[in-house]
Amino acid sequence: MSAQEYAFVVLAIVGGVSAISVVLARNVVHAALYLVVTLLTVGGVYLLLGAEFVAWVQILIYVGAIVILFLFGLMLTKAPIGRDMLDNQNRWIGGVVGFGIFLGLVFLIQDAFKVQDSAAQVTFRTTTGDVGVSMFRDYVLPFEAVSFLLLAALIGAVVLARKDAEAK
Amino acid sequence: MIRLPFVLFFAALLFSAGVYGVLARRNAVMVLMAIELMLNAVNVNLVAFGSQLHDVTGQMFALFVIAVAAAEVGIGLAIVILLYRNRESINVDEVNLLKW
Repeated sequence: MSAQEYAFVVLAIVGGVSAISVVLARNVVHAALYLVVTLLTVGGVYLLLGAEFVAWVQILIYVGAIVILFLFGLMLTKAPIGRDMLDNQNRWIGGVVGFGIFLGLVFLIQDAFKVQDSAAQVTFRTTTGDVGVSMFRDYVLPFEAVSFLLLAALIGAVVLARKDAEAK
Repeated sequence: MIRLPFVLFFAALLFSAGVYGVLARRNAVMVLMAIELMLNAVNVNLVAFGSQLHDVTGQMFALFVIAVAAAEVGIGLAIVILLYRNRESINVDEVNLLKW
């Protein structure tokens, strides 16, 4: 195992434990803070995989913007505390389904890629410039479509959350 | 030099935690958080496969998924706030207006 792989294993353990804590936490604000830890470790994994632009976008957009949106949502809605208030009665079915999906995925992955196989190694490095060239050379149309989608989502969120003055 | 299956195991763990969260949570904001976990698992897979295949396309798709996730959270939280204003509760099992 190389130094990068040790770093990845540490990040994956921290991220996995905090991801499980997100869905098991009894306090909604604690869950949001665990989500921050998970998103930061995912950003670190992107850095280790050589995707620096995606890593910084992850930290800026997810940790900087989306978690703040979640915290605003939690503040504006009265959030109860306690497992019976936060979870529904069918959570054991959810546990069975989630655990089954995890076992199935692990079986399929170790079946498809032999863990000791040296061919399945990740050695690629990209700079922000490569991503920019690819985005504005090959993906201009999807880029514009996504910008239009973001505009529509912005207007839609404002229209939905606005208080209706005349309807009262 | 990270072996690809390790990254895929990590993504599988994130995804199944998200599935459990979507199925088990009552609070709508917590359901949205679990959906974010699943989208992150998909992004990790996209970046890892793109890295292994020496192609930027995986990263491009990850960026587009991040943009769509941001739009989804904005709309989702607007709906949750609207729901709280009308029903005084954001528990997803109490929302049955459209149920026949």
